[in-house]
Amino acid sequence: MLENPTTPKLIYPDTPPLDNRSRQLRKLVLRAMVGGGRGHPGSALSLIEILRCLYDDILNVKADKPNWDKRDRCILSKGHGCLALYAILSDKKFFPASQLDTFCHFDSILGGHPEWGKIPGVEASTGALGHGLSIGVGHAIAAKLQKRKSRSIVVMGDGEINEGSVWEAAMTAAKHKLDNLIAVIDYNKLQSYGPTKQVMDMEPMTDKWQAFGFTVIDVDGHNMLELKKAFKKPPIDGKPTAIICHTIKGKGLPPAENNPTWHHKSRITPEQLEQLYQALEEN
Amino acid sequence: MRKTSLNSVTKLAKKDKRVLFIGSDLGAGTMDEFRESYPERFFMEGIAEQNMIGMAAGLAMDGFIPYLNTIASFITRRCLEQITIDLCLHNLPVRLLGNGGGLVYAPLGPTHLAPDDIALMRALPNMTIVAPSDAMEMQEIMKQTLDIPGPVYIRLGKGGDPVVFPKGGKTKIGKAMQLREGRHAIFISTGIMTHKAIVTADMLAKKGLDCAVLHCHTIKPLDDEAILSAASDFPLIITLEEHSRVGGLGSAVVELLADNGPYPRLKILRLALPDSFQKNYGSQDALLEAAGLYPKKIAKTLLNTMFGA
Repeated sequence: MLENPTTPKLIYPDTPPLDNRSRQLRKLVLRAMVGGGRGHPGSALSLIEILRCLYDDILNVKADKPNWDKRDRCILSKGHGCLALYAILSDKKFFPASQLDTFCHFDSILGGHPEWGKIPGVEASTGALGHGLSIGVGHAIAAKLQKRKSRSIVVMGDGEINEGSVWEAAMTAAKHKLDNLIAVIDYNKLQSYGPTKQVMDMEPMTDKWQAFGFTVIDVDGHNMLELKKAFKKPPIDGKPTAIICHTIKGKGLPPAENNPTWHHKSRITPEQLEQLYQALEEN
Repeated sequence: MRKTSLNSVTKLAKKDKRVLFIGSDLGAGTMDEFRESYPERFFMEGIAEQNMIGMAAGLAMDGFIPYLNTIASFITRRCLEQITIDLCLHNLPVRLLGNGGGLVYAPLGPTHLAPDDIALMRALPNMTIVAPSDAMEMQEIMKQTLDIPGPVYIRLGKGGDPVVFPKGGKTKIGKAMQLREGRHAIFISTGIMTHKAIVTADMLAKKGLDCAVLHCHTIKPLDDEAILSAASDFPLIITLEEHSRVGGLGSAVVELLADNGPYPRLKILRLALPDSFQKNYGSQDALLEAAGLYPKKIAKTLLNTMFGA
C-alpha cells in the first residue's frame, strides 16, 4: 500500500445531500452485495447519479424492448462498476430486482462484470478495461450510416483511461466528427492501488480531452441538476462530447468513501454490510 | 492471394450493403476501387489496431459485416484481447484479413513475422480460421465468408503463390479437400504448404511411394471426419504447415487423434517451424528451407521415418 495516500480534493464541496431515490438505488447495490457476498462497492457508488441521470432523463431506451434498433446505446466500459448498472436496470424493470440476490451465483445472469446477451439492457461485455469507447465509436458510426438518431454513450473510469486503447478510440471519434458520441468519465480520483494522482495522474484531464478533439464539460457527478444540464447540452461543431464527472468513490457510504480498500471486496461480512446499511440511513 | 482477397471484399461490398472495409495504415492506393465506389463504407483508421477491432465490434452489433485488414502479426498479436472479448465473446461477424501469415515478411524480421497467428486464433472460442493455398482458392473461400455468423481469421499468403486449387473445383469452409490420392502415407497440410506437399508427393511417386494430400484450408473448425478417416486409412500422417510447431495444424491434428484414438499402427510426423524466433532474413522460401520445409528435405525426412536413415 502507498504509505501516504492523499485524499482527493473535493472539486464540488457543495454537492446536495442524497435524496431518497439515490439512497434507494444504493440499497439495491447493497442488496446485490448481500447476494454475492462481494463486489466493487466503491467503483459502483461513485456512478449512481451518473447512471440515474442517464436512465431517468437522457437515454432513449425501452425496458420491454432492450434490443429496439433505434435505442441509444449506453456502454458501461468500467465493467467493475456493474453493481450500479444492475441497480438502475432492475429499477427500470429490464429484469426483476430479485435477480440482484443471485449476484455472482453459479447460474446467475449477473456476474462480477456485465455480459452482453445475458442481461437485458447491457450493450457490451466489459470488464477488461479500455474496450468500451471503441465499441461506442462503432455504434456512433453505425447510427450515422443507418441514419438513426441513436446516441452512443460510454461510461469510463478515471483509472480505465490509463489504457492507450481509449485514446486510439478518442482520436477516431474526433476524426469522424461523432457528435452523437458522449464519453463519460467517472472521475472519482481513486484507482485500485491508490489515488490516481499518485498511480497515474491523468491531469490535465480537461485539456487532454479537448486536445483529442472533444467538447469537454466538467460537472459535479453527484448533482442531478448539473448532470442533466450537461447531458442535455447539444453537441458543438460536430465534435464528440466528454463529460468529466467529478465524483467521490464510495459516495453515500461514509466507511467506503474515498477509501481504496473498498475498491473491491471479495469477502464482505454481514457486520460490514449492516454497517453500510446503517451508514446509508444516517447519511 | 492478398490482392484477390481484397478485390473479393470490394465485390462483396457491391453485393451486400452490410459489408464495410477497415484498414489500419495500408500501402498507398490499397483498396482504391472500394474507397471510390463506397466511400461511406471505407475506413482507414491509422496505426491503432486495438481501436479498429472494437470499432468493428460496435458496427457488427448494429448489423454491419466489417472486413479488417493489416499485417497478420499486428492484427492477431497486438489485438488479442480485443479479438477475444469484443469479437469472440460477442460472437460477431467481423473478418480479419492478416497479410503475411507465417514467414512472408522474412526480410523484415521477427517483429513482422506471424508464425503463431493460427495458434493464437485457434485458442479463441467461436473463431473460424482459414488459410487458403492460392489465389483461386482464396476467391472461392472469400465468397463464403459473408454468411458465417461469428468472427473469421483469414491468413493471406504473399501473392503469386503456385496454384494448386483445381480448375472449377469446389470448396467449402470447414471441409478439407483431398487433392491427391495415395495409399502409403498422407500429407495433411494448410496454406501454401499444400503446394509443397503435392510437389513432395510427386517426387516420392517416382520412387514408388504413393502419398495422398489432404488440404485443410480451414483449421478451425477442423474437418474431424476427414482427419479421423485418414488416421484409420494410412500408416503415416505428415502434417505440414508454415507455422510454429506449437498450436498450429499439427497440434490440432494430434489433439484430435489423442481424443479419438488409439491408433496403434499410426505414425505421425509433424513438420512445422521450430519453437524459436527467426534469426535470419532473406526470403520466405529461404526461411522455410532453413526449417527443412522444402520438398526434397520433406521427402528425405519421410523416407527416413518410413525406412530408417
